[in-house]
Amino acid sequence: MTNHPSLPIIENFSRRAAVKGAFATLGAGAFVAAISPLRQAAKNTTAAEFMQQHYTELSPEQKDEVIARLEAETKEKYGADVTIGDDRPIPGTKFVYAINLSVCNGNGKCVEACHQENNHDRATNQSYIRVLEMPKGTMDMEQGSTTYSGVVPKDDKFYLPVQCQQCDEPPCVDVCPVKATWKEEDGIVVVDYNWCIGCRYCEAACPYHARRFNWKEPEVPAKEVNPDQSYLSNRIRPVGVVEKCTYCLHRTRRGKLPACLEACPTGARVFGNILDKDSNIRWILQNKRVYILKEELGTKPAFFYYFD
Amino acid sequence: MSSIPASPIENETHITSYPKFIGRSLWLATEGSFAFYAWMTALTAVFLVGANAWANQVAGGMIGTNMTDQVSWGLYIANFTFMVGLAAGGVMMVIPAYLYHDRKMHDVVIIGELLAIAAIAMCLMFVMADLGRPDRFWHMVPGIGKFNWPISMLTWDVIVLNGYLLINMHICGYLLYMRFLGRKPNPVWYVPFVMLSIVWAISIHTVTAFLYCGLGGRPFWNTALLAPRFLASAFVSGPAFIIVAMIFIKKLTGVGGLDQPIGTLTKIIRVTILINLLMVASELFTEFYTGGSHVSAAKYLFFGLHGKTALVPWTWTAIAMNLIAALLFLWPGVLMFKWRPVLVTACVMAFVGAWIEKGMGLIVPGFIPSTLHEIVEYVPSQLEWKVTVGIWAFGLMIFTIAIKTALPTLKRTDFIDNQD
Ligand code: SF4
Ligand code: SF4
Repeated sequence: MTNHPSLPIIENFSRRAAVKGAFATLGAGAFVAAISPLRQAAKNTTAAEFMQQHYTELSPEQKDEVIARLEAETKEKYGADVTIGDDRPIPGTKFVYAINLSVCNGNGKCVEACHQENNHDRATNQSYIRVLEMPKGTMDMEQGSTTYSGVVPKDDKFYLPVQCQQCDEPPCVDVCPVKATWKEEDGIVVVDYNWCIGCRYCEAACPYHARRFNWKEPEVPAKEVNPDQSYLSNRIRPVGVVEKCTYCLHRTRRGKLPACLEACPTGARVFGNILDKDSNIRWILQNKRVYILKEELGTKPAFFYYFD
Repeated sequence: MSSIPASPIENETHITSYPKFIGRSLWLATEGSFAFYAWMTALTAVFLVGANAWANQVAGGMIGTNMTDQVSWGLYIANFTFMVGLAAGGVMMVIPAYLYHDRKMHDVVIIGELLAIAAIAMCLMFVMADLGRPDRFWHMVPGIGKFNWPISMLTWDVIVLNGYLLINMHICGYLLYMRFLGRKPNPVWYVPFVMLSIVWAISIHTVTAFLYCGLGGRPFWNTALLAPRFLASAFVSGPAFIIVAMIFIKKLTGVGGLDQPIGTLTKIIRVTILINLLMVASELFTEFYTGGSHVSAAKYLFFGLHGKTALVPWTWTAIAMNLIAALLFLWPGVLMFKWRPVLVTACVMAFVGAWIEKGMGLIVPGFIPSTLHEIVEYVPSQLEWKVTVGIWAFGLMIFTIAIKTALPTLKRTDFIDNQD
């Protein structure tokens, strides 16, 4: 390259400037064409959704508006009439779950019930629960299998269902850069699906594989949509955000039991309010030899396992 | 700015001269030979392919990637991690130039700073590409969003990366602007920032390592050695890239005074590449000698687990490249001018080796086996490759343009003041 004069000769300058301008225009045009699929995506996001504030900062009126909008969207997209509640924790409640591993026979009914109850994507057969088939005589998950098949229970195996442990020291909450996930007073860790940016840091941080990402827009046929929904739990999730088990807060905060428990044919599952002295769950924690998963990590699960 | 000597363009203020400077820089950056235009056109084309792939990913959901709930980070975060290292690696020019007063390095140190700018821009693009909801990006902006600082390491990373970008843009912008005005840069306006950038460079890679090593549920990452390892490999890949860039700059533009800095950087790699290998070896010893469940990810990475071996060829390629590069760097001939091709080969191998080791070799095995010990393998999809290559092309475009803008400064190296 030769040394340029401090100012290029003027005619040359304007011609070159025109050429450069033409190239820049061409480049910009090509760029707009290249990202044109974004227009489709933009159509799916309304201005109201884009501007929506964090759940904890919404006034009651704003919440009503948001919920009405979400219900209308569900009708439009999925053809289903749903009611989305805003279920808050009941004061004096701390929910705890326990599973009797001597009884669980690995039939997987809880996995299915979760799938239906929580309006999971049909195509990927998503569920918040995974059951490990483990050889008797070990607690080492490495020996387990989540893809077992055939008649259950097998003689030399036991079955270990795993879902969100609603940790009291949840690493998933710590890592979230935008506070889109937090722990509520009754112990349930929730996600604001309209605030999550989909970075999946929480998915990396959770030691129990409890979180799921919506890699695509969930598909649920209108007649299969569970219409009893809640903002922080089983409403149909948007694409690109993380979700997780909420102990069915749309049921449990209304005095019902989780869907996985109701579906379990063996009675292995026990759920309740640990602060209630007469509760079954309290009796079990006091009288059975219970244990928690990956205790060494200090996550303090609110989910217990025991053998008879 | 009274401390700056009076401008030759006497009655002009910054308000009028700064836009002129920007215009002049833009003009210069887009002037060039046929080869330059061909290069830029090719990069633009590749970038557009990537932009299109990304737009499709946003429109159709991330199902177009091959990531899963088991392996929830892949090629994007791998490249992000590597790029942070490249950005930090530029500091290996800054330290000799400013702390050891290496005059020759000082003359061309701007190359390292410009590389940092391009690399950080790529980092930010890789993070954007990895977000499921890029439209909600503003949730991360302090003030209007909800910034989970100081608890979330990711917020720290956002701060240090953007800070590093700003510091380097200030240093480069200031030096080039002074050159445009024909003034002598006033050390008060940039030397403190250079010193800050040295500490900051270490911090960006340390914080990025903390993203991973703080996760108790991922034994493969959960090691105190991660941050030092990241730094050591960054001080291999960064200088390696700069050496090759300098050799090209010298060939293509005739900028002089690059041979001695190339020699200095080569000597730096000689040390850092060995430190890196030592740390890898120490990590592997701890993993394999201890055994137990801690070792399953490493086993998967090196030998495969239960017949699943997707990462094995990657790992051994990286190991081979790192070892050969280390041997080449130790060979005295690598410093000789007539063996330049060997130096370039060694740099390319070290660079690719570090890319695999820190990218696919570090991020992916963190997820395999999963926390429930499922083994779900991951191979990037075509869409992921397109986006990745597109971002690389964009980064190279930034770097090329930045270097072109800085060429007058690089050519008249006597201009930048000597500290002593
Ligand atoms: S199990 Fe996982 S998702 Fe659930 S609270 Fe604990 S860390 Fe969070
Ligand atoms: S994926 Fe969503 S909830 Fe999880 S860390 Fe990222 S923003 Fe938070």
